[in-house]
Amino acid sequence: MFGFYIALAVFLVVAILLLIFRITRLVGIVKGTGDKVVTGSNNANAAMMIVFMVLFFGLSAWYSYAYFDAYDPPVASEHGELTDKLFWRTMWVTGIVFVITNILLFYFSYKYRYSEKRKALFYPHNNKLEYIWTGVPAIVLTWLVISGWMAWDGIMSEAPEDAEQIEIMGYQFQWSIRYGGVDNQVGDYDYRLIDAVNAHGQDLSDRSNFDDFISNSMVIPKGKPVLLKIRARDVLHSVFIPHMRVKMDAVPGMPTQFWFVANKTTDEIRIEEGNPDFNYELACTEICGGGHFSMKKRVVVLEPAEYAEWKADQKSWLSKNPQYLSQVPENLKELALVTAGINE
Amino acid sequence: MATEAAQIDVHAHDDHHDHHEQSFIEKYIFSTDHKTIAKQFLITGIFWAIIGAAMSAIFRLQLGFPEADLGWLRPLLGRWITETGQLDQEFYLALVTMHGTIMVFFVLTAGLSGTFSNFLIPLQIGARDMASGFMNMLSYWFFFVSGVLMFISLFLETGPASGGWVVYPPLSAIQTAMPGSGMGMTLWLIAMVFFIASSLLGGINYITTVINLRTKGMTFSRLPLTIWAFFLTAVIGVLSFPVLFAAALLLVFDRSFGTSFYLSEIYIQGEALSNVGGSPILYQHLFWFLGHPEVYIVLLPALGITSEIIATNSRKPIFGYKAMIVSMLGITFLSFIVWAHHMFVSGLNPFLGSIFMFLTLIIAVPSAVKVFNYLTTLWKGNIVFTPAMLFSIGLVSVFISGGITGIFLGNSAIDIQLHDTYFVVAHFHLVMGAASAFGLLAGVYHWFPKMFGRMMDAKLGYIHFWLTFIGIYSVFFPMHYIGIAGFPRRYYSFTNFDAFSGFTDLNQFISIAAIATFIGQFIFLFNFFYSMYRGRKAPANPWKSNTLEWTTPRNPGHGNWEGEIPHVYRWPYDYSKPGAEDDFIPQTVPFSETMDSNLPHENDLIALEKEQAEEIVVDESAGH
Repeated sequence: MFGFYIALAVFLVVAILLLIFRITRLVGIVKGTGDKVVTGSNNANAAMMIVFMVLFFGLSAWYSYAYFDAYDPPVASEHGELTDKLFWRTMWVTGIVFVITNILLFYFSYKYRYSEKRKALFYPHNNKLEYIWTGVPAIVLTWLVISGWMAWDGIMSEAPEDAEQIEIMGYQFQWSIRYGGVDNQVGDYDYRLIDAVNAHGQDLSDRSNFDDFISNSMVIPKGKPVLLKIRARDVLHSVFIPHMRVKMDAVPGMPTQFWFVANKTTDEIRIEEGNPDFNYELACTEICGGGHFSMKKRVVVLEPAEYAEWKADQKSWLSKNPQYLSQVPENLKELALVTAGINE
Repeated sequence: MATEAAQIDVHAHDDHHDHHEQSFIEKYIFSTDHKTIAKQFLITGIFWAIIGAAMSAIFRLQLGFPEADLGWLRPLLGRWITETGQLDQEFYLALVTMHGTIMVFFVLTAGLSGTFSNFLIPLQIGARDMASGFMNMLSYWFFFVSGVLMFISLFLETGPASGGWVVYPPLSAIQTAMPGSGMGMTLWLIAMVFFIASSLLGGINYITTVINLRTKGMTFSRLPLTIWAFFLTAVIGVLSFPVLFAAALLLVFDRSFGTSFYLSEIYIQGEALSNVGGSPILYQHLFWFLGHPEVYIVLLPALGITSEIIATNSRKPIFGYKAMIVSMLGITFLSFIVWAHHMFVSGLNPFLGSIFMFLTLIIAVPSAVKVFNYLTTLWKGNIVFTPAMLFSIGLVSVFISGGITGIFLGNSAIDIQLHDTYFVVAHFHLVMGAASAFGLLAGVYHWFPKMFGRMMDAKLGYIHFWLTFIGIYSVFFPMHYIGIAGFPRRYYSFTNFDAFSGFTDLNQFISIAAIATFIGQFIFLFNFFYSMYRGRKAPANPWKSNTLEWTTPRNPGHGNWEGEIPHVYRWPYDYSKPGAEDDFIPQTVPFSETMDSNLPHENDLIALEKEQAEEIVVDESAGH
């Protein structure tokens, strides 16, 4: 019944609108306004340009100012502070251009609205002006590009030797995180060795696999470079840690990487944000199927000492799944038992 | 000479025209008349625009009101609404994917280029029809078949393609990766193959026609900017669509014939696939080699249309005609060498990323020049706000707003954070979606009198414009904030993450604005179809415009001009010329008739005009 009333209401509103439309048209024909170059609407439209401009700039300025903290996410990595600086610099430069050009557009539209008394200015070109507004944007853009390129070059440079190696692997619809363990080397893998337990396809003929461990959340030290070795098992995924300004696709068959230095521990950012429940998070930003929106991992940043302690506490994957010892070559068995922490 | 050949053909054609009544099918369905084909493209484009926009309204409901009971949509969507009244997660992705595909290809490529290139090229260059009417007809019918296939895919049990409009493999290549990667994806690929064939047939025709069939005196430096834009758009399309074809073909092979172009080392659903050695990045390169030029394929025609409309309704010559052409040439060239800026964080070699960042930001320069030229055209004009003019001004505004955010995204260091967030969604919807849609609407309002011989209702046009303009900004401007906050795109829901849990109010606002804007478009639809039959009869030249199409009869027949094709003596932007009687001088008026308003160098052309007139006499005697 409710649906019927809604349908009836919509029908009546549309019918009334059509009636109004028909009447105004007939009035227009009687008055003969149809043949004029412009009608009163011309001034109304011109005025709307100014109304729109004021509302548009007013609302966006108000929102940008009042809700700054809501949309400006805190930054917690060294390179992130740099890219944020570039972001806001670009915002200022382009923001000024945005405001000026839009104001000119709406203002000119209003100011030079049609008048029978006036004739437009015949002004087909002015080479000097055109050189100026080709040259100036080119120079400003060059400046923005060069600062962007320098930042990019640094961010994408080789990771330092001592970076903590962490493998993050995406699959529908989870992340799995593997640490290099004591030797800080993430061991080799082969996708054909993957099974329900050996999610990463660790190749146990590589000795650096023995001490590798899997963690449920991504724990990283503050102030120390972290190298994410990124891979995907089935389709494309993308690692995104918004507060660290980290993003890199995970590609099946082509390992990628991203290194960064976190500079605020979870505890520190909780105080800074005044939110005791704050957690860093890791999300997927490459469409990967129905569960794309749910691929979450928690990221925990610890002081280096706490991190070392945490890492020492972790049990190797092999020690948790000793049945895989059978895949270890004979000559490495002894080593595996020791490194994996099965025989102390 | 081609023009001579065309003139001979003209007379043959006229005779033919007089004696032969076309059947309904020849006239309206399998027509080879460029005007009818243009209308076919337009109506089909409108049909798809309604579907594409309705899809966005549905997924905006989900994003704005994730808790709402959508059970009332069940009659339409059936079991895509779950038992609890929620939108199905997979179907959400299908909606996003189809919205993108439909809007980019069917509405803004076929609907825009297909309509206005077809309609305006012969009319504005002074030709009887396209170079090949038959190919032109095929172009439409290939598009139609493509649309039918895509439409069928909407009704599959497993749903249409759902991997995003870019359909990146392996998601799109492995049939079991998601339901939409099954039959839906197959139909998507076949539909695209037909679409590409349609685009190529159209594009080759546009290029050939512009080069060969211009009327006497219509040199390239006297072409309206619309034609320049359509011409360059066609060049981009002809060079880039085949690459998409290659990408699609390899994807078909990977899907159905066990090849490994894009697949390597995949373990999915408990099974290790045998594919090794391929690269998903290869697909991204191939896709974006079309995908980026595609942005300009949808944008350039809109800019061309806007140039024409702004000049006409400011009653001023377009400022910097040559600069406009050079910018468009620059954009055309650069559009081919910036594609990898879509791939900064795809695992691309960072050095390559640097190169593409430089190239990408260069393209901002010609775009900026265009904006400044539009502003200067408005300056000291005498502006008549027709609905077309309003949409053109709106286009310039959204082009600025959306273009500026491109400077962020083209900068690879800044793109790390913004990539695949709502900032990108806001950026391309403004600069490519809204700008091109505004160009399309402006074009319809402006050339409706020529298409149907009647005027659209201006007042409804004003209401439509302001609703749409305010609506578009209300939808896409707030998305920048959501994007800066890091919200990823293509998310069904944000409740899983603390980082993305805010902005429920803003998302609601966007959804309401989106749905209101969608409903507002029905004003346009009513105006369009009502005016087609009941609109005021159009005068010969309703906007007092200079271009050739306004010299045709009110309802031009097959062949466009009765009798001889008019000759062109001047550029199309002689508006408000000092000394001239009227505030416009059509391109068909010789300089010898406007002695009072001629510029010094134009007086020199009078002698040339006389020579040409003599030549024409000779031509005509040869023709008979």
